[in-house]
Amino acid sequence: MKDTEKKLVNEMKLKLPSYSVNESAARAMVSAFCAQQDPKTGEIADIKCAVSEAVTNCIVHAYRDTVGTIYITVKLYSDRSIQIEIRDRGCGIEDISLARQPLYTTDAASERSGMGFTVMESFCDKVRVSSKCGKGTTVTLCKRLSSR
Amino acid sequence: MIKHNCGFEVERGEAALVLTLYGEIDHHSAVQIRTEIDTLLLEEQPRKVVLDLSHIEFMDSSGLGLIMGRYSLMQKLGGELMLRKPHERLVKIFTLAGLQRMVKIEDAEDDKKEERV
Repeated sequence: MKDTEKKLVNEMKLKLPSYSVNESAARAMVSAFCAQQDPKTGEIADIKCAVSEAVTNCIVHAYRDTVGTIYITVKLYSDRSIQIEIRDRGCGIEDISLARQPLYTTDAASERSGMGFTVMESFCDKVRVSSKCGKGTTVTLCKRLSSR
Repeated sequence: MIKHNCGFEVERGEAALVLTLYGEIDHHSAVQIRTEIDTLLLEEQPRKVVLDLSHIEFMDSSGLGLIMGRYSLMQKLGGELMLRKPHERLVKIFTLAGLQRMVKIEDAEDDKKEERV
């Protein structure tokens, strides 16, 4: 099925304050919504982990020392592809390609492994990142589920 | 706001101090569990620590940070850290970071056939 033929079949929007306790809530809600597409256990585990990484980045980096809002949009398409957008209005990323390097972290003191983007990239088909310093960051995770 | 979705149980064997971690390890829970484990390690100064991961239900890269941090602490204390029974999902994350080159892992779970949720 071509991209032009795929249709949006369902959509969910979430808005959460950047409390760390919401990391588990965010991944649980996103995975519960995606479950209606009948994914494999490994696929849902991939989604949970990628979402957890993106949401943690909002909490640890974008809204460091403050509390802001995390906006999550999940779109399910007829070709079994899933698009998850995780957006913040935090500090932004100065150098996106550097931030995406494995083991790179700006917060080594807090034992951040620097593997967040690497995990997202390996568990999703595509990861898009757009950011503006002082304005915020949008991470878009794309994953196509295997056929039933 | 202070809910913690993971923890650990302690077993003091002759050969090693075994910490069996359970629940979900993310950035939120790792902060809490890290302090508790470090307090125990600094008090008891064991020669060998085994982290049993067989009861972990979820882990993201915050768990990697937790393991690497405890590995460093055990090195400073002149001891050894080992991982036991990580399931397939965890091994996948460890491999991304090359953790197996640093930390010994015993009884990793083999790949299993995927099932629908």
